[in-house]
Amino acid sequence: MPPSGPVIEVEGLAKRFKTVTAVDGVSFAIFGGQITGLLGGNGAGKTTTISMLLGLLVPSAGSIRVFGEDMLRHRYRVLPRLNFSSPYVDLPHRLSVRENLMVFGSLYSLRHAAERIAELAEALELKDLLERKTGSLSSGQKTRVALAKALLNRPELLLLDEPTASLDPDTADWVRTYLERYARETQASILLASHNMAEVERLCADVLMMKAGRIVDRGAPNALVSRYGRHTLEDVFLDIARDRRHAGAPAEATP
Amino acid sequence: MSGPPGFALTDRARRVGAILLRHGYLARSSWIRIFDLMYWPLLQMIIWGFINTFLATQSSWVLRAGGLLIGAVLLWDVLVRGQFGMTLSLLEEMWSRNFANLFVAPLRPVEYALALMSLSVIRSLIGVVPAALLAIPLFAYSIFDLGLPLVAFYAVLTMTGWAAGLLMCAMLIRFGLAAESFAWASIFLLAPICGVYYPVATLPGWLQNIAWALPPTHVFEGMRALVLDGSFRGDLMTSAIALNLVYIAGSLAVFLFAFERARERGQLLQTGE
Repeated sequence: MPPSGPVIEVEGLAKRFKTVTAVDGVSFAIFGGQITGLLGGNGAGKTTTISMLLGLLVPSAGSIRVFGEDMLRHRYRVLPRLNFSSPYVDLPHRLSVRENLMVFGSLYSLRHAAERIAELAEALELKDLLERKTGSLSSGQKTRVALAKALLNRPELLLLDEPTASLDPDTADWVRTYLERYARETQASILLASHNMAEVERLCADVLMMKAGRIVDRGAPNALVSRYGRHTLEDVFLDIARDRRHAGAPAEATP
Repeated sequence: MSGPPGFALTDRARRVGAILLRHGYLARSSWIRIFDLMYWPLLQMIIWGFINTFLATQSSWVLRAGGLLIGAVLLWDVLVRGQFGMTLSLLEEMWSRNFANLFVAPLRPVEYALALMSLSVIRSLIGVVPAALLAIPLFAYSIFDLGLPLVAFYAVLTMTGWAAGLLMCAMLIRFGLAAESFAWASIFLLAPICGVYYPVATLPGWLQNIAWALPPTHVFEGMRALVLDGSFRGDLMTSAIALNLVYIAGSLAVFLFAFERARERGQLLQTGE
């Protein structure tokens, strides 16, 4: 059963770096057991938002509650229950895949790390890679290993920053299928930042559209497409990115 | 102590152990890293061993001191390797862009600092013990002849290494890899001041006051007192430990402050230049 209340509640979240406002007062809630997309162009504020949700970045203003806990004050109560993966972060290249997973298994205090690694190796088709140095793997293999690391602690909340960036279509499809299955089987919530519209349309029940640090629209992919009178989510994305308005499109931010 | 998931003492110990495991795996995968730890202490010991041998023929003071310079260089390396042990461990995470992964896991900065301190002890032992052992056949000098005081000297210098290491780690977290060269070079600022190879009385008066504020000065003066006069200066060790506690507390506060500032500036996600 997914949690009944919101898994993530964000209120007035902002991040300013000197003169640049990366995130500008966003508010949203995400409920349990669904995959939510965070869509926006480069510099829209997706990675900054995810970093604040993870506790890697302190907001300039606003509040974040994850599983009902204040993330700014009690993030160590929350961190064991979530995990993340990002193309901007690597696992140590000189360690083998198994060694990396063992290290993170200990960091997450897994009681039976070896068994969990074997389970994930089976599910993510990593068995033949476990003894290979992580740095010697292809992009697709590294993505699967990063996903294994992100799933080690059986997270109830998974934050994924561009999970299929730089992957070939076959590997990207494989990753999406796996994420769909994981969310369905575990009722975990996934927040997914992506530039890939087809990916978001396929995976996400709900989409937050970001532009210039703000959430400018929100809804199910189909609902957004019909609201903007378009055929695809990519068209909606371009309308928002280029400030083209269509019938039904919101005139102002509607978080 | 227990509480929510991840708060039990065993969980804290596991996380510290995880960082040690990570560096253990790294060392196991590359013998050149182990050799690198031993290389400079060995080279320094050999150079100062020959200098000591030469000076013993020229100076009755050095002759009477029997291997004093070799002992000094070995103890100096405890301090240097102690600091390097911490900064190198942190740099490994920065080089491999692994920082965000670590701190999205429930690893506290204090636990990370504890892991760095433990790694500093391991790295300094790997670096200095082979040099100390090789000095016995090469120069007929055994630092282990210092006996129990050697343990006190080692402890004081290791603690100073921790304090310096925490400061350098704070600087690396704050300034990124741009501060890497300084992290390697800064410890050598202490060498001329804390009387590694000569008595503190050699320094000008104003510099002596600074020297006595540094714990290593107490160790090197203590070692000379032990070797030349056969007396163990407990007072020097007590003041060195007291100073170290102050410096470690201050450095830890700076480290934690730098970590929080890095969280404000978004530097944990991008720990490069």
